[in-house]
Amino acid sequence: MSNVAIETHELGKSYTLGVKGAGYGTLREAIVKAAKRPFKRERRAKKSGDLLWALKDLSLTINSGEVVGLIGHNGAGKSTLLKILSRITEPSTGYADVTGRVGSLLEVGTGFHPELTGRENIFLNGAILGMRRAEIRTRFDEIVEFAEMERFLDTPVKRYSSGMSVRLAFAVAAHLEPEILLVDEVLAVGDASFQRKSLGKMNEVAKEGRTVVFVSHNLAIIQALCTRGILLERGEVQADAPIVGAIDSYLRTLESAASDDLLERTDRDSRAYDETLVRRLEIRDASGGHPNVVVAGRPATIAVDVTEHLPSMECQLTVVNSLGQPVCTFDSEMTAPVDVRDSEPGTRLECHVESLPLLPGRYRIDVIVKAKRHIQDGLQAAALFDVEPGTVGERPVAAEAEGDVVLPHSWRLPA
Amino acid sequence: MVSPMETLAPEERGAAAAAPQPETLRLQPTRGFSRVLAPRELWRYRDLAGQIALRDITVRYRQTALGGAWAVLQPIGFMVVFSLIFGNVAGISSNGLPYPLFSLSALVPWTFFATALMLGSDSLVSNSALVSKIYFPRIFMPAGVIVAGFVDLAISLVILMVIVLAWGYVPSIAILTLPLLVTIAAAAALGTTAALSAINVRYRDVRYIVPFAIQMWLFISPVVYPSSQISEPWRTLSAINPMVGVVEGFRWATLGTGNAPWDLIGISALAAVAILLAGLAYFDRTERAFADFV
Repeated sequence: MSNVAIETHELGKSYTLGVKGAGYGTLREAIVKAAKRPFKRERRAKKSGDLLWALKDLSLTINSGEVVGLIGHNGAGKSTLLKILSRITEPSTGYADVTGRVGSLLEVGTGFHPELTGRENIFLNGAILGMRRAEIRTRFDEIVEFAEMERFLDTPVKRYSSGMSVRLAFAVAAHLEPEILLVDEVLAVGDASFQRKSLGKMNEVAKEGRTVVFVSHNLAIIQALCTRGILLERGEVQADAPIVGAIDSYLRTLESAASDDLLERTDRDSRAYDETLVRRLEIRDASGGHPNVVVAGRPATIAVDVTEHLPSMECQLTVVNSLGQPVCTFDSEMTAPVDVRDSEPGTRLECHVESLPLLPGRYRIDVIVKAKRHIQDGLQAAALFDVEPGTVGERPVAAEAEGDVVLPHSWRLPA
Repeated sequence: MVSPMETLAPEERGAAAAAPQPETLRLQPTRGFSRVLAPRELWRYRDLAGQIALRDITVRYRQTALGGAWAVLQPIGFMVVFSLIFGNVAGISSNGLPYPLFSLSALVPWTFFATALMLGSDSLVSNSALVSKIYFPRIFMPAGVIVAGFVDLAISLVILMVIVLAWGYVPSIAILTLPLLVTIAAAAALGTTAALSAINVRYRDVRYIVPFAIQMWLFISPVVYPSSQISEPWRTLSAINPMVGVVEGFRWATLGTGNAPWDLIGISALAAVAILLAGLAYFDRTERAFADFV
């Protein structure tokens, strides 16, 4: 039976501009405003010019049993849609009909109280996720076993390592049995073996015929789990297709976004302070040639240009493969003696790599610029680049090799 | 007013009656009062309400050396200081009662109320991770604080009764009015904290106002002085502060002396109901935007 599980009709969500960053209006302002216009309702926000539409006229139908991946840039509206579907926030226009019990995993471990023991937190967290007490009791042993932490049940969670609390939180969430499961970027947690276990569990959930709506930047996970992909851009559906097709369209939008002027991008890191912005990012092979084309195994330089000079800027660059999986990170905050900090102010940050041991293919670079102990700007896919076949340690790189990197190495072989 | 959350499309209503099919929730912009005052919604999440109250109770004195004793030490400490300053030095009348008993019987409900205000007004903000990530009826947050306060209140009531008996006073049948008085205090506390916690989501000024307001409130309630000191139209009028009826009622009920202050209790009860309704109404109106601001 393919009943409709989620149906949205011209769903929209707007935020008043200026709320971001500055955050709180003061009580004094509100009182003054109220005193000035005692009989007028607040109409200012109704003018569309002051509104930011995180979601716009979204009409979707998701049948029960479908496993849908939501993909898109930061700020495309993925998380807003999940927040509306999980009732955390209300839509501004339109409606969504949701049939069946909804469980949401918007962040693993929210609702854990550090002072409570593991046992107490299982009950609290279960209730927060919408489980009945009796239900938690029957599944208690299963949860504890999945999390592998019988010994620490009566220890306060604040004494857990972060890995442990994540494991426990995921275990509780994974044993929730809603008809509709909303998942936001939760699998990027724990160690590798636990990640595999969690992924297996998610797969199981998907196969049981429950409806799953999944948000992740890790396209490999999305591709492995989902059958249908919905690409959102600026709050609107850009593509709605079988998952492979949707991921392809997403990768194409990344490409066009990267070639645009970076200052025009609106999908910037929401935590950013925006005192300086990334204007341009480019990777160049040491031998010159085209920007954003490098030869495997050769030295390369990644240059980041920002709009303003700020004292003590730091930069973090992440190379991500075409499936959205991070390959490596260059982080200037992890200082080394070879680092140089100029005495002059400037707006260019450079990262030099002695040898770029990547397999041929297309990669992207995500960038975060920090200063004054805050993230100033962050962009995903600030540049895309192609790695051409080359040699690593005088050894040719095979184009069809497995993985993302090739390391210099040597063999000793019998005759 | 019908909660839009509960509205079923006509065809689904028929299906739902036929089989235990999952019901359809319509999520759409809501107006007016629909959330806190939706009993079905509260009932559906009753397990979570219990867990939140349980958490608040468990956590309150965890990793404190004295634990639950703090519930008693606070009012007792105030009793000692008040007896010295107001009883001895200032010589404030205590209607012929020993000043320590006079003040402690008032401090027990007062501490319950003040603690509820203090912790409750911050409850949404201090749980912002939950509020912005999970749906549940938000009123559980301030309500949980108040329910947790009942445990402290029970402990300090027992100690109060021990001290009263040791002093040679025997409570009369009037002690049976305690549940009513506690209900008035809880209703006033819930109404006030609901409003304050909701304002706090947008304006953190509340954090600075509340400690100050609690001290002011202490002195407009007859904790250190008897309300009989106030001249007549004002004495009765002062009971629109719900703690006036509660405090005077507590004295009468636990010490077994004096006349029943029914006039004060009655006015205070009405005031508490008004505060509760107004607080919940404000909470209800603002609740839908909490996740966007907290």
